[in-house]
Amino acid sequence: MTRLKINGVDEEIAATTVAQLLAVRGIDPGARFLAVAINGAVVRRADWADVELASGDAVEIVRPLQGG
Amino acid sequence: MTTDPFLIAGTPLKSRLFIGTAGYPNQQVMLDSLEASGAELVTMSIRRISLDSYSGSLVDVLSPRCRLLPNTSGCVTARDAILTAELAREALQTNWVKLELIGDRETLYPDVEQLVPAADELVRKGFIVLPYCNDDPVTCQKLADIGCAAVMPLGSLIGSGRGIANPAAIELICGRSPVPVVLDAGIGTASDAAQAMELGCDAVLVNTAIAKSHDAVRMAAAMKAAVEAGRLARLAGRIPERTFAEPSSPQLGLVGT
Repeated sequence: MTRLKINGVDEEIAATTVAQLLAVRGIDPGARFLAVAINGAVVRRADWADVELASGDAVEIVRPLQGG
Repeated sequence: MTTDPFLIAGTPLKSRLFIGTAGYPNQQVMLDSLEASGAELVTMSIRRISLDSYSGSLVDVLSPRCRLLPNTSGCVTARDAILTAELAREALQTNWVKLELIGDRETLYPDVEQLVPAADELVRKGFIVLPYCNDDPVTCQKLADIGCAAVMPLGSLIGSGRGIANPAAIELICGRSPVPVVLDAGIGTASDAAQAMELGCDAVLVNTAIAKSHDAVRMAAAMKAAVEAGRLARLAGRIPERTFAEPSSPQLGLVGT
């Protein structure tokens, strides 16, 4: 299990890559217009399957919404 | 009439009206308003997804119809605003960003002290930066000097509908700015948008005044007409103001003289 802060919430999750994290949470990693950052740095979509998550990482998963 | 092209960062835009996508009664009204407004550039926010219910995206609906301008709304630190811009670039594959850095939750006034260095960093990272800023010629000049593609001074507080609080300042900014001036925030109704254009603004961004109108689609059409009318009036040139009346009808040949 990896201890992560996902969108501000502490969680333990069975995932060691971004792609696994999305899959475990039921988010299609192929879904368009998602973006992910780890510890304040954007992880490009092409690297989601490769970049490893470590306990203590802060993960942001975002998408565009209505805005002004 | 001569053509009147409008470019930001070398990109021609069809409409001088930009619109926001928030606060509409529903998505269909928003889309119908977008259509009625004729706007090409449309703003969106970037937010954390709900981990329990991610399904589809508004972008699928909007992206075939317009050019998307992500914002950094709600950010109160330069670090968060820069990360939000970078996430937006990854999510939407655009390097355009409306940079918002908020200094006060109640007034949503820009935090200029953080805004200028954040804009500078984003410009260096290759972004086309459109900063929401004060109606202050010095701030606008600094933002232009560091390479922002436009400046977006506020008319009045975001969502307040109070129009242009300081028309003289907006006119001064427009007269001196080397980059396009987009009036952002405070528009309440069509005449405010027309006034912004008459003062010399290159474009106007409207969200709440359309979204919260009783008839959003009709207000979107009104804003389109107002921006066009204001621009034409600006190009035509208003007459000098006078203290006393100047008769418009001929004074020779009056009956009874």
